Amino acid sequence: MTELRKKNFIIKILSKIPLIILFLSVLNDYDFNYLNLKYFSFNFSYILIFYYSLKKSESLGYTYIFIAGLFNDVVVGTPIGLSSLMYLILCVAASYLRNITLRPNLIKDSIFFLITILLINSLLFIALKLIFNYELNYLDEITNITFTFLLYFLFSNIFDFFEHYLLGNNNVR
Amino acid sequence: METSRDDFVIAIRSAFLKKGTQQRFSLLSLIFFSIIFLILGSLNFKAINYVKIAIKEIAYRSSFVVSVPENLLKDSYLKIQNHKNLYKENEKNKSELVKLKAKDLLNDFIILENKRLKDIVDDYLVESNTMFAKVLSDKGSPFLKSIIINRGSKHGISLGMVAMDEEYLVGKITEVNYLSSRVLLLSDLNSKIPVTIEPDGLLSILSGTGKDYGIIQYSRTNEEISTQSIVYTSGTGGLFKAGIPVGKINSNFVSDERRVQFFSDISQLKFVKIFSYIKNENK
Repeated sequence: MTELRKKNFIIKILSKIPLIILFLSVLNDYDFNYLNLKYFSFNFSYILIFYYSLKKSESLGYTYIFIAGLFNDVVVGTPIGLSSLMYLILCVAASYLRNITLRPNLIKDSIFFLITILLINSLLFIALKLIFNYELNYLDEITNITFTFLLYFLFSNIFDFFEHYLLGNNNVR
Repeated sequence: METSRDDFVIAIRSAFLKKGTQQRFSLLSLIFFSIIFLILGSLNFKAINYVKIAIKEIAYRSSFVVSVPENLLKDSYLKIQNHKNLYKENEKNKSELVKLKAKDLLNDFIILENKRLKDIVDDYLVESNTMFAKVLSDKGSPFLKSIIINRGSKHGISLGMVAMDEEYLVGKITEVNYLSSRVLLLSDLNSKIPVTIEPDGLLSILSGTGKDYGIIQYSRTNEEISTQSIVYTSGTGGLFKAGIPVGKINSNFVSDERRVQFFSDISQLKFVKIFSYIKNENK
């Protein structure tokens, strides 16, 4: 009985890991700038939010995503509420994809993810550049989108592995 | 066609409005909140500003803690990079060291050569024991510009010793008593010292005038002396070492006189440094 309780507790902790990683990623703003790679950046939060909104929406919770967006705005310095809006649009897209998909497929998911992040970054670019008068580099945005899309494959497999083997959740596939 | 449109609407409606398990708000309401935040934030709404400040407080403090592992990773990465570059840097330093050593040798050679040449021209002088003396009397007579100091033959003062105010020449000993001595100042009418005017390198004699300046004498009248030229002792005669700064050519004169403004304010002397130059015996 105690063993079972202990196991449940560990699983409960492990199931919170995506949420912890989300907050860590928005607070830390993983950028790998110290690697001095000129054309390398990606948005880990987008990958995480899209994946978990698509595969296991109860893991993160929309309210936490909204709060994480507010934190991201403070850390990055963008107008407060903007990142939340983008994250939630990402959730809408993921939720829509989940509703219309009968047979999940990584390639289809990633193409939908690409379309979504293109849309989100376009909205972000328009909002920041035209409404809030921020200076943005178009090339940096494109680089960010490209690497975020490419790394979706890698992280998707890592999250699958985590959910499947560590949490024993077979519904994610 | 109608069915697929219905499916799309249902899927969208579900995406926006359906609350999942443990979800308190629907996506639509949270999107609505975000837009309100954005609008009110851009309007500098007070409540939003307070929220922003509160989030900043939490975010900055948390960010510091959260960044610790990444900073460790970053430091390790930079350390590894430094180690990788160590070999290259060492090679570069080695080659630079060889060059600097060669330069150092060249400098040593120049110093030794300078010393040897000075020995040849008998100009290599060293300072004898230096002593400081207090100015006992400064009469300020217009005819005699001299001071009395509290050091005499008892203290090793001898005729012809040099008096300096810090690093500037002010005069020489012309009278020695047992406990006191007289220093004839550069401004005295009888003071005549050999000087060189730099950067032109002209040799001349600096004479006192009885006033607070000196004049350049016995130089060719047609010789151009640029203003602000510096007057140093030339060392001719062996009394003074060459290169002691004395004053500078005053550019404000109107007559043909070439006036020299002394570096030291001779009328305000309180202490002077007394010593003599002797020939270097360790040749």
